[in-house]
Parts: sequence; structure tokens; C-alpha cells
Amino acid sequence: MELLLSSGLGVVTACGVFLLLRGRTFSVVLGLSLLSYAVNLFIFTMGRVTAGAPPVVTEGAAAYTDPLPQALVLTAIVIGFGMTAFFLGLAVRAYGESGSDHVDGTEAADRPEEPR
Amino acid sequence: MNHLAVLPLAIPALAGALLLIFGGNRPLLARALGLAATALGAAAAAMLAADSLSGEYRVYALGNWAAPFGIVLVADRLSALLVLLTSVIAMAALAYAANGWDLRGRHFHALFQFQLMGINGAFLTGDLFNLFVFFEVLLIASYCLLLHGLGQQRLRAAVHYVAVNLTGSGVFLIAVSLLYGVTGTLNMAQLAERIAQAPEADIALVRAAGLMLLGVFAVKAALFPLYFWLPATYASASAPVAALFAIMTKVGVYSILRVTTLMFGGDSGAASNLVSPWLLPLALLTLALGVIGALGAKRLGELVAHLTIASVGTLLTTVAAGGSAALAGALYYLVHSTVIVAALFLLTDLIARQRGAAADALVAAGALRQPVLLGIAFLLGAATVAGAPPSAGFLGKVMILQGTAGAGASPWIWATILASSLAALVACSRAGSVLLWKVGAEPAPEALPARGGEWLSLGALMAVSLLLVAFAGPLHRHAEATAAQLLEPAQYVQSVVGGNTERAPRPLGRELPR
Repeated sequence: MELLLSSGLGVVTACGVFLLLRGRTFSVVLGLSLLSYAVNLFIFTMGRVTAGAPPVVTEGAAAYTDPLPQALVLTAIVIGFGMTAFFLGLAVRAYGESGSDHVDGTEAADRPEEPR
Repeated sequence: MNHLAVLPLAIPALAGALLLIFGGNRPLLARALGLAATALGAAAAAMLAADSLSGEYRVYALGNWAAPFGIVLVADRLSALLVLLTSVIAMAALAYAANGWDLRGRHFHALFQFQLMGINGAFLTGDLFNLFVFFEVLLIASYCLLLHGLGQQRLRAAVHYVAVNLTGSGVFLIAVSLLYGVTGTLNMAQLAERIAQAPEADIALVRAAGLMLLGVFAVKAALFPLYFWLPATYASASAPVAALFAIMTKVGVYSILRVTTLMFGGDSGAASNLVSPWLLPLALLTLALGVIGALGAKRLGELVAHLTIASVGTLLTTVAAGGSAALAGALYYLVHSTVIVAALFLLTDLIARQRGAAADALVAAGALRQPVLLGIAFLLGAATVAGAPPSAGFLGKVMILQGTAGAGASPWIWATILASSLAALVACSRAGSVLLWKVGAEPAPEALPARGGEWLSLGALMAVSLLLVAFAGPLHRHAEATAAQLLEPAQYVQSVVGGNTERAPRPLGRELPR
């Protein structure tokens, strides 16, 4: 279980970083989303992977899952969702203004050559 | 319970909400409400600062939940000083914006209040996850404020700025949850205690988390190699927003200062002094590259943005050198550099508007409409930011040089700071001579003379800078007391968690109780 989770997290993070480094705003949005999924899962696993235990301590409970990371994940998801929505809006607006979905606002062919 | 510590958060939060509801279509009401709320916040900040003079930690348990479980706000000398500084800058920036900038887009005043709430919250919080939340609050407000007035250049800068900061937020979350996984707490005071006691097997994780935190704060503070987002962002933001952003890099500096002194300070066991070996060379490089950027800047806005980076470099160099005297100098310099950079951003706008199409580009253009007043303001600002005597910049640098004299790396520190001061002076003289002397006979026809309210804002910031010189003695003593308090993390821990050290959201170590 731990191995599956950690390797999965690694793959998602790697994909997120790869997409984040692309030149188109849409890829960047996808990359940021993947990265935030990976981060959220990571927070979750920092409460340890426990199956079949309640998240609340009750009288006589033999084991419990740590409820705090779950609350943190919830906060992080809400913030991440809002930020992604904002960035999407920003990307669409930038495309509308500049006519290019490149993160620098211009196509590579249109950019002036670097002075030598 | 005394509610003073929560006021710098509650006032802008309430005002921001009211402004969203009532201020959308009533610009004059929004302006009045924004100014009133900022003034009220400034009064609360002044009271908090006066209260902090006693040297006690004012701990405020939000919702009255006890420390390691609930979230606390902690106001000590440093937090109170920075909240007061934020209020001063905010007041000047908002008064400047009230002369017309605030009408160029919707909800300027609401966003401004939320930005203030985020900044004040980051300065006051005593909980690491809460610090993340306040970072997000100040960032989302800053994204929108940066876009205020729109334009293609601003959009492009915003795409870069948002992408960099969203990535930074992800790394911040990883670091925070890693620390929670190892120590079982998010309260900064208890973290400080538990990091020192962390078991041998977990030290590598703690160190990794600490350095990741440094990376995140370095993005906010604009430390090399993570400062490349700053010049375009600050130079393209509207003037009052750029002036307010002057305090934002200081949020990063504050976070580095807080985390290094509290959690990774001298008594943190195997994680002691984790950050300073990395921080010193990076800060020196930041300083050098900041002034090189200033020398090569093509626009006045870029020049000021690069001088902001240089000021961060100076500050973090001093923080990394460590020691109480150096830290006191750094705190004085922090206040001075924030004020003068904010003033210079406002001045840039005034100059740019009187040069027609050339705006703030450093090329020959028509004459200025108000050359004498602008010239005096520029002379004062440039001399102060470069550190010419007898300005506040000079005093700050003297304190820093004296404070770092004993440090091992002092030759490097002295050489870089002195050379960069000279370079900053050259950069400012070059800009000034182009802007003020290399001019045509006639002002550009579309040039707008600055309005009275704008002069007032700029003059107020300049006056604060002069007051920093006039009251340098008492201020330096206060900075020394603040530095001494920062270097006593045990007191902080004692005030926040008291004897309640065994109880925590989770026990220290790897396993949950079964």
C-alpha cells in the first residue's frame, strides 16, 4: 500500500513538473493541477496510511486515523481549486489580449532575435 | 482576553467584505470606506506596536482554543513593528490611489483590504499551516491587484507571477506536511521544541523540510535564483500597487527570519543553523545581481524593482551573518528600505506621467512639467536608497557593517555591500541625469502635472524616511531589543505553549498510538 501510494505520488509529481515547464498556458494549468493533486495526497499520507479506523478518538477505540491532515487537505483543495480557476481565467484573458497561448504572450517565430 | 492582536486582521477582513457588498458600484463610498478602514487599521497597529514595547508576547488564541490545538496569533516586537510598517505603506499607497488609480478597475479597495489582511496575518500568525493560508490570501489579492488596470504587459507579467507562486505554494504544503508528519504539530512554538528533540532517523526529513521552507520563502523574498519574476511584475504593476508590493518581499524576509531564529536556530539540535550556510552566498549574489540589474535597467520602474532585490540581498546577508547587532541593523534597514522603495515607485509614476509616450523609459524626452519638485524628490529618494550620508540608508548600512564586522565572512559582506552601494549610486545618477537633464525644451502635450494628494502621499513617505534619521537613536535601541527578543526563542515557546508541551495533535515520532 505504502509503496503503491509513494510511487504513484512520484509519477504524478513528475508529470506535473513536466507539464509545468511547457510553453503553453494550458499545459501549465494541467501541470499545476497535477502538482496540487500530488501535494494533497502527500498531505493525506503524512497522517499515516491507516485503514478501517475512525478519524475521531472515542472511548475504548483501539486505533484512530489522524483527522488533522484530512482537515488540512480540505483547506488545500479549496485553495488549490480557487487558484486553478483564477489561473484558467487569467490564461483565457491573456490569450484574448495577445492572440497567443504561449506563456510569454508571443509565438516563438514572432519574437525578435536576441541581440548578439 | 485582550483582542488587540486580532484587530489588524479583523478590520481589513470586515472592511473588505463590506466593500465587496456595497463598494462595487459606488466608487466614492468605496474610497471613503477603504481609507477609513486603513486608518483604523493603522491606529490598531500603532497600539499593538506601543503594547509590544514592554517586550511581552501577546498570544491570542483564535476562537479561544488552547495553543497546540487551536491556531494562535503571536504579537511580539518584530510582528508589531512590521504590522505598523505595513499600515504606514498602505496608508500612503491608498491615499495615492485615491487620486484616480482606484477608478481604473473594479473592487480595487476590497482587494486592497484583503491584501492587507493577508500581509498582517502572515506577520502575526503562530501556526505554520495558517502561515500558508495567509500567504494564499495575500497572493490571490496581489494577483488581482497586479492586474488592476489591465493591459497586455500586466497580463504577461501576471501569468509568470501566478505560475511561480502556485508552484511555490505546492512546495510550501509539502514542507509543512512533512514537518507535521515528523513532529505531529503545526504550532510554530511547539515545532521549535520538537524539531530539537526529533529522533535521529527523522533528522534528514526535518532538514529537507526546513530547506524547502527556505526555498518557498526565497520565492516570496526574491532571493537568487528565484527572483526573476520580480522586476517585470513590480515594474508593470500600477504605482500604488507596486508601492504596497514593497512590503511583500519583506513578508518573505520575515518568514525566513522567524523560521530560522525559532525553528532552526542555535539550539535546535541536529537541525541547528540549517539555513545560514545556504543563505549567505545566495544573499550576496542577490545583492550583486540586484545592483547589476539596476545598472542595466532600461526603465525607471525596472531600476526601482532591481533596487528592491538589492535591498532584500542586503537584508538577508545580514540575517545570515547572524548575531544580535547585525540583526538590529537589518531591522532598521528593513524599515528604511521598504519606505524608500515604496516612495520611489510612487515617484516613478509621477515622473512617467509627465514624459508622455516615453513614460519611465530611460531615454531623452520632453521636459517635465514640475522639474524642480520632482528633481528634489528624486535626489532625496536616490540618495537614500543608495545610502549616501546622512540618509536613513546610510545609517542602516553603517549599522549593518558594524554588526557584521565580527562575522567570519565579513570581508565578503563588507566588499559586496560597499561596492553595491556605489553601483546603486551610479545607477540612480544615470537615471536622474537622463530623466531630469536630458530633456527637450517643451513638456509633452499630454503630460499631466501631479495632483496635490499625490504629492502628499509621496511627501509623507519621504518624511517618514527623514524621521527615521531624526529618531535613529531610539529606533536603533528598539531594533536591538527586537533582535534580542528574536534570539531568545525559548521565551517565545514558553509564552505560547507554556508548560503544555506534552499535549499535541499527535505524539512525536512515527507511529500513532494503537
